[in-house]
Amino acid sequence: MSVSSSPALDAIVIGAGHNGLTNAAYLAKAGLKVVVLEKNDYIGGAAVSRELHEGFTYSNCSYMCSMMRQAIHRDLNLSRHGLILVPYLGTVNSGDGDERLISYHDETAAYLELKRHSPHDADAMHRFQADLTRYSQLIRKTLLRTPPDPARLRPRDISELLFLAKQFWSMGEAQIYEYIRFFTMSAAEFLDDYFENDLIKAAMATPGIIGTALGVCSPGSAYVLLHHVMGDVDGNIGAWGLARGGMGAISNALAGAVREHGGEIRTQAGVRQVLVKNRRATGVVLDNGDQLSARIVVSNLDAKRTFTRIMDASDLPDGIREKADNFKIRGSSGKVNIALSALPKFTGVPDNPYVNRGGQAFSGSMETLERAYDCWKRGRWSDDPFVESVIPSAWDPTVAPPGQHWMSNFIQYCPPQLADGPWTAEKRDQFGQTVVNKIERYSPGFKDLILHMEVRTPHEIEQEIGLTEGNIFQGELTLDQLFFNRPFPGYGQYRMPVRNLYMCGSSTHPGGGVSATCGANAAREILLDLRRPNSVPEDDFFDE
Amino acid sequence: MNVPDPFAGERPKLSPFHPRLKALNVREAWSAWNGYKFAEYYYDAEYEYFCVRNRVATYDISPMQKYEIKGPDAEAMLNRMVTRDVRKIGLNRVGYTLWCTDEGRLIDDGTIFRLGADRFMLTCGSPCGAWLAKSAFGFDAVTISDWSDELAALAVQGPTSCAVLKRMGLDGVETARPFDIRHFDLRGSSLMVSRTGFTGDLGYELWVSPEHALNLWDALYEAGEPYGIQPYGEAATNMARLEAGFIMPAMEFNEALKTVHFEHDQTPFELSLDWLVDFRKPHFSGRSALLREQQAGPKYRLARLDIEGNRSAEGSHIYRNRRCTKQIGYVTSAMWSPAAKANIALAMIEPKFLNGEMWAEIYYEKELRHYSRVARCTSREKPFWTPARARATPAPDF
Repeated sequence: MSVSSSPALDAIVIGAGHNGLTNAAYLAKAGLKVVVLEKNDYIGGAAVSRELHEGFTYSNCSYMCSMMRQAIHRDLNLSRHGLILVPYLGTVNSGDGDERLISYHDETAAYLELKRHSPHDADAMHRFQADLTRYSQLIRKTLLRTPPDPARLRPRDISELLFLAKQFWSMGEAQIYEYIRFFTMSAAEFLDDYFENDLIKAAMATPGIIGTALGVCSPGSAYVLLHHVMGDVDGNIGAWGLARGGMGAISNALAGAVREHGGEIRTQAGVRQVLVKNRRATGVVLDNGDQLSARIVVSNLDAKRTFTRIMDASDLPDGIREKADNFKIRGSSGKVNIALSALPKFTGVPDNPYVNRGGQAFSGSMETLERAYDCWKRGRWSDDPFVESVIPSAWDPTVAPPGQHWMSNFIQYCPPQLADGPWTAEKRDQFGQTVVNKIERYSPGFKDLILHMEVRTPHEIEQEIGLTEGNIFQGELTLDQLFFNRPFPGYGQYRMPVRNLYMCGSSTHPGGGVSATCGANAAREILLDLRRPNSVPEDDFFDE
Repeated sequence: MNVPDPFAGERPKLSPFHPRLKALNVREAWSAWNGYKFAEYYYDAEYEYFCVRNRVATYDISPMQKYEIKGPDAEAMLNRMVTRDVRKIGLNRVGYTLWCTDEGRLIDDGTIFRLGADRFMLTCGSPCGAWLAKSAFGFDAVTISDWSDELAALAVQGPTSCAVLKRMGLDGVETARPFDIRHFDLRGSSLMVSRTGFTGDLGYELWVSPEHALNLWDALYEAGEPYGIQPYGEAATNMARLEAGFIMPAMEFNEALKTVHFEHDQTPFELSLDWLVDFRKPHFSGRSALLREQQAGPKYRLARLDIEGNRSAEGSHIYRNRRCTKQIGYVTSAMWSPAAKANIALAMIEPKFLNGEMWAEIYYEKELRHYSRVARCTSREKPFWTPARARATPAPDF
């Protein structure tokens, strides 16, 4: 075994999730020799599509996309690498009983639908949308930028803080106060200021809990709500899209960009240990014992996994291990992917090809949502969970045989550890049944359509994807872990406590979601340190 | 009580497919084309565009003008009229072509279908019966019939278009090459299918007599149901054709016979359609003028532009400098391309500036305030959307 003094590799990226691939693509594009190491025999991390039942391509984890930055898509020529993002029409929100709320794209249809539930709320929706758009626009400006460090105040931090201050002040005094309040509010409190109808509130509140170990009444859930509506598809803020071929198409297109620029991707190459010498990262040891050295090492794993699993505590400065141990990364969601012999029909939903092919959100009521969270707190999966269902095959002809479908179900809540002992295959299947029963309530006969099911609790998500506790955001999106505090205060600029070690996953700013921003931002910082010209684009929002 | 409609004379005509179109035009978004009521979109323009790019969608092209040209002189007559060599269009093949005035200015573009040795169909966007009659002057053995109202037509476009046609029972349709014509029997009526379209993607056009139009529609929509078949209107068409780089009348060119101001119409060379002008064939309208233009060089060239930023450059002027003091051209069509993820445009540019810097001055509005921005433009060789499936034979299922 020998580690040469001038390593053949410039960079090792650990983990071929979409942010790792984005990071590698930018480093390779800048002329660096890059290798991406992936523990699984497939790439994509949580942006992955696999055929587990013949003819059906599930997007096993993430299933929709809205945050993927257009600037990166365009800059890395992802369309040429086969990526096409298709926006889908709105979602039907179902109440506990017969109430249905359909979100239409068309302004007239949307207004009439809201008015049917509450004339007051139909009017209030205009103010709600304007406020949310204003908040979104401010956050969106920070997505493809490195957060300033307010404690260090180097010239770059100061200019970045001034940039932010300017954006902030441009909202006007009243909105500045509102915005600050917004960051610490619960989704419920935020919505109470606009709406009176409970189903409308529940429908609007669900983005506030997705992927989050918070309830609709927990402080901080208002921001999570914003995080889910600030994305866009082709500039339509709040719209969501599906990747043709599944979410894996995003990772595959990014992998195409990595290879186009000469980067290498190795699968079945899990990293056991990051090598540190004289407080500098020098390379990695693989699970099979092979050793690779490189000028820099970039971890796309979450902060907890990076510092507690593949690094030696003695290689880390004081306090880092504790920060990693205390990093809030609680799993709260499950995923059930179902192959169906036909398109399911939902009671109370108009049987037209637009509405019955859209998303179905079984939101229930504010009360149901909060009670679902109560179960999680007690270490149980929700007995009446919030389920968001999408049928990608109703939009994408490539993921299921004609006439047959696959349905993605996202479930809130499901705990990473159960109060009554560890997860077992039996308990996992019981959880799956809870979900199926819930859907059956709204779609009688649904069970008869099932051809195959993949049930994923936080336990499976952690085992397969490597997300600690199965937290889909690589760390919770609460103010204490956002922006320059993400993952830890003082380490918000992608450089880690050991020299030549960087992080590029969703544990860094701006957080979870298939956005490619974390990977791109990290690449910008790395190129800066290596004194290479920056080739990472910034978002272009001149028309917002 | 039967009160005569006092507006009967001015209401648009209805396409043979109208009973089905009407039911699906949820938004009542109608415009008109060649006297026919015509959909701008049906449910959502962007959704329909994505049906074209991702699944399958249909476009009612019945209002298109269709002429039958037949007789021993038919080939010679058409060859005298259009810029392409009609003799090279084989039996059951379609050729895209242009026709010009004697000054070489573009009258219209369209397609010629060779249905027999002496029998052709010409299709085009605007009526051209008068010009056909003029072009037939001196050709005795040719008969021209206007089929525009005699033939219903439906474009079926998108990645799963072939799969849907197969499911409808058109056996072997996947073996049709681009620009091939095939004939089928559909539930007792004869159906002509051409592998043609205006979207740059895999697609077909179906031609049927009006009385069988609804039968065709029903068979197609039954076969297409599991594929989410959807009608699309002019809005989605315009998006798709711009990505494919196809020209549109009243956008890229002003029809010569309708042009008032000198040279406010265009030539094939200005539209960068050089490949459609064949000087090796016998004389045709505009030949001398086009030869002169070819030697002297055109005054403009139609260029495909990739423009920075995401705001559409619709109506923008193009300058050679960032300060926007020297204008070198103008944008004819522009949009954000969802498939290519690029801010694309077609623009007429003075040829000598094509290889230099180009800047678009883009005007846009934000909540009633007007803004402008200068954006760098890059000229692109290839169309923005050219999927391999559009050319592949046999055609794939998606």
